[in-house]
Formats: sequence, structure tokens, C-alpha cells
Amino acid sequence: MTAELETWGMEEALGARMPPTLRVLRYHLYTYMRTWRSSLTTSFLAPVLYLAAMGVGLGSLINRHVGTVGGVKYLDFVAPGLLASSAMQVAASDSMYPVMAAIKWIRTYYAMLATPLRVLDVLLGHFAWVTARLVLTAVTYLGVMAAFGTVRSPLAVLAVPAAILTGLGFSSVISAFAASQENDQGFATISRMGLIPLFLLSTTFFPLAQLPGWMHPVAYATPLYHGVDLCRMLVLGNVDWVSAGWDLAYLVALCALGAWLARRLFERRLVI
Amino acid sequence: MVSARRLFKHFEELVAVDHVDFDIVRGESFGFLGPNGAGKTSTMRMIACMSPKSGGELTVLGMDPETRGPDIRARIGLVPQEDSLDLQLTVLDNLMIYGRYFDLPKKVIGERAASLLEFAQLTERAHDTVEPLSGGMKRRLTIARALISEPDLLILDEPTTGLDPQARHLLWDRLYRLKSRGVTLIITTHYMDEAEQLCDRLVVMDKGKIAASGSPASLIERYSTREVLELRFPPDAGPSRNALAGIAERVELLPDRVLLYTESGDRALAEVGARGITPLTWLVRRSTLEDVFLSLTGRTLID
Ligand SMILES: Nc1ncnc2c1ncn2[C@@H]1O[C@H](COP(=O)(O)OP(=O)(O)O)[C@@H](O)[C@H]1O
Ligand SMILES: [Mg+2]
Repeated sequence: MTAELETWGMEEALGARMPPTLRVLRYHLYTYMRTWRSSLTTSFLAPVLYLAAMGVGLGSLINRHVGTVGGVKYLDFVAPGLLASSAMQVAASDSMYPVMAAIKWIRTYYAMLATPLRVLDVLLGHFAWVTARLVLTAVTYLGVMAAFGTVRSPLAVLAVPAAILTGLGFSSVISAFAASQENDQGFATISRMGLIPLFLLSTTFFPLAQLPGWMHPVAYATPLYHGVDLCRMLVLGNVDWVSAGWDLAYLVALCALGAWLARRLFERRLVI
Repeated sequence: MVSARRLFKHFEELVAVDHVDFDIVRGESFGFLGPNGAGKTSTMRMIACMSPKSGGELTVLGMDPETRGPDIRARIGLVPQEDSLDLQLTVLDNLMIYGRYFDLPKKVIGERAASLLEFAQLTERAHDTVEPLSGGMKRRLTIARALISEPDLLILDEPTTGLDPQARHLLWDRLYRLKSRGVTLIITTHYMDEAEQLCDRLVVMDKGKIAASGSPASLIERYSTREVLELRFPPDAGPSRNALAGIAERVELLPDRVLLYTESGDRALAEVGARGITPLTWLVRRSTLEDVFLSLTGRTLID
């Protein structure tokens, strides 16, 4: 009985009576701890590799031939974009296969729902877990960015909640989608038709001005654009508070809509 | 413990549970016997407050599942038809995590887990991951998990389906022990021997309806004869109903055999011989719940 009981010891400090959402979060943390080594290296390695490739490779090329981008070195420009995009990717991947597995393959949600936990607890616990993953991702990214010298303002710490908000917007909508699916085929479509185009086109890699004029409203309508815009202004310290307000409003609205949808679709799927 | 009146459940057009009545009292072991699609799982899920009823009345532990779901589930253990164990985690982890959903303190779960693993004969496997365990072990772990909250009521949906005979008997033995400790059990099954072995009282379910209810012995007495003579013939060479008329109280012509329901199988066999009918093989046996089901529905339980 030793190893498992030891691992449980740490949260005993929180007391025996724990809100239902946190009980679900604890489940996710616990299963994650069993596999953390592999994913921790990737979540640390990914930013290092991206920033090295973009900054040292592509960046020096651009700096030599184009000069600055948006008034800053290319690496400084691209780094906050990558932060927001990574938040999107982490949130999306944790809201596709894991949700489907918990419904169809491992049936974890049904195990939970046979206990005093309710669908809302299961859903909030899932979002709490995605939030925890986003905190880890964003803090790691920001740390690596600081090490690469791309952080130009103390406001950059606010890029962490901005990235989390961006991630949760995607997580809520995609979780709702996952709960409505009978198999995993839709996930490949989401990645191909949704996430990858967003990653490439939502001003992560170049300023909006590079896109043809008719594309501007399209870019502006996408969630990742607002996440990137917000993170970039905060990290570079050139915040236009009006557009920051719009970015924030967009992301909050997306989270609210996604959460509402997810609640409906989880209930419909799990309580039949 | 559980009381249902005209309980009804439908999925779109399909009626899964069709106005059933039953009462389950404390300490008994109550069975739902019926073939696949009879509506057993739908009924269990409503009792376990995981699925809302479409109509009728249902009371579980004196409470209304619609308003008191979490309170009821806190006192129920559910062994679902499909396992929902965490395959990547260890046996003990699965118990710890499940106990935590009930918000039990770690120390309490640890103590209960130790004795439950003993009970489920999984102590040696406590630190192994669940994935490679046999079907019987997974089933026993699921039962142990459902007991971690020390429920007043344990619901087992097809506890032994898919297990080999040895694993089934081991599981039955564990369920006997629970029964003798006074745990109220609800068991669904499509195995008549399982129902006969484990259930004090049962209902026979078919197409969403309850066809009959009572103790196994009383059902057999009411719906079947004392003995059954089973005759087997070569394909398409069996006797007609007319040729057997008058030998037994009731005759069932099944694709692979003929069943003669009678007080005395030996006497019926002698009469079959006297009429010049020669089966390939024959067998005289006592009536079972399978015969009850056949008599009630004209079909076999497992087709
Ligand atoms: N979620 C569902 N959606 C639609 N039909 C269902 C669902 N669950 C069960 N059914 C149908 O309801 C009927 C009863 O099923 P079930 O309660 O699982 O029976 P049993 O457990 O006795 O095999 C079956 O015809 C089954 O196909
Ligand atoms: Mg079933």
C-alpha cells in the first residue's frame, strides 16, 4: 500500500472535505503524475526548439534581409505568438482524445457519475485540469522566452492569464464538440481545417498587414488572432488598451459560449 | 430500499422499460433475469440515478432520484455492465481514486482498500496496472471499487457475463459472502443458473416488461413442471407435435431439441419409446428458470 498512499499524502493538507470539482481535478493530476516525465520534457522542449528555430534560424535571416518586424526583432515578434498558439494546441489536444476516451473508451466519466459527482462537476474538473496544463505551458514558455531575452515589459506576466484564456476558449468549444462525436474522425478534421490554418494565418508568424486586405476581417474573426494580439502587446509592452479590451471581450465571450455549449452537450451525452 | 411503480423509459421511439413495478427490501438479493435488450441495464441506470426516468414513480433509499441523485449515489455501489476501470493505473490507484470521488479521507480509503483487495483476492496484484488483468480480476476489482464507500445497496449489472466458468464460480462465492454480510444486492443476468444461485427473489424481464416475479423455486413451481425430458433428434428428423400429444403437460419444439414438461421424466420417456419414437440422446432433469422463461415467452434466454 505504500507508493500510492504516499502520493496521496500531499493533498491531505487540503482537508478531507473537498469540493466536487477539485475531486475531479485531483483525478486528472493524479493520472498525469503517473506519466509526467515524458510530457514535461516535451512541454519544455517545444518552446526551446521553436524559439531556437525561429530566432536563431529564420529570425537572423529575416533580420538581415527585412530588418525589424512590427518594430522589433523577429524573434521578439514571433515568441508571444508562439505562446498563444501553444496554449491553443495544448488546450485542444487535451479536449479531443481525452474527452472521447473518458466517454467512450475508458468510460472514466461514467465511473465518476456513478458516485456523488454530477455532470457539472465532471465538466468543471475537466476545465480545471486544462487550466492547470495551460498554467504549466504558459509559465514554461514565458520562462524560456525570458531566457532568450524576448520579454520586453513587466506586463508580460499578464500574458500568462491571456494565454490561459485563449486556451480555455478553444478547450470549451472543442470539448463540446468531442462530447457530440461518435468517433475520433472529427478530430483530424478540426486539426487540419481549424487549428493548423489558425496557427499559420493568425498573425503568429507575420503582422496582419502582410495579409491581403480582404483577409483582415477573417483574421480578426478568429479566436487565435485575439489571443496572439493580446499576448504580443503584453510581452512587448506596447499595449493599445482599446484593442486589448476587444481581445479580452472576444476571448471571454468565446469561453462563455463554449462552456454553455459543453454543459449542454455533456449533459445530453452522459445523462441518457 | 427501491420501489418502482409503472416505471417507464424510452429512447426516442424505442421503449426500453415498459411500466414495471417492483419492490426491493433491505438485505435481500434481488434479480432481474432476461435476455439481451430486455431493459435490465436501463432499469439499473435509473435506480443508480445515472439516467432519468421517462415516466412512472421511482424511490431509491426513500429518496427521489430526480432531486437527490448525488445523495442516493453516495450510498449506492454500482458495478456497470461495461467496465470503467482506469487501465493505465494500478489496482490500488483505482480504489483510491474512486474513494476520493466520495470524498472519503485517504486513511479510511487505505484501510478499506486493503480489506477489499483481500476480499477480491487481488492483494498480490495491488501494485500492478489494471490493463493486463484477466476479465475475472477486472470484474472483482470493479466490485471492490463499488464497495469502497460501504454502500447500503450494491447493483451488479451482468457481473459474470463473458467470464469462464471458473471465474464465474469464484465471483459467485464472493457475492454469497456479501449476501451473508447483509448487503442488499440487485443483480441482472441472462444466465438462469446465476439467478437461481444468487437471488432470493427475481423478476423475469422481457421486451421491457416484467413477465413474472417471485423466488426461483416459486417461479418454477408456478410456470413449469417438476421434471423435463429433453430429447435430441437428427436435424429435421424430430417428431411432430401430434406424435407427442398427451405424453406431457406441455411440449416445446426447439430447433435443436424437444422438451417435454412432466411430473415424471422416466414415465414420459417410456411412453415415447412405446410410440416408436427413437431420439439420438435423451436427458431427464429438474425444471429451471430457463424453462420458466420459455414457458412465459416461448423463447430461450440465450439465442
Ligand atoms: N442509450 C440508448 N439509446 C438508444 N437505445 C438504447 C440505449 N440504451 C439501451 N437502448 C435500447 O433499449 C433496449 C433495452 O436495453 P438494455 O436496457 O441495455 O437491455 P439489457 O440490459 O436487458 O440488455 C434495447 O433495445 C437497447 O437497444
Ligand atoms: Mg444490459
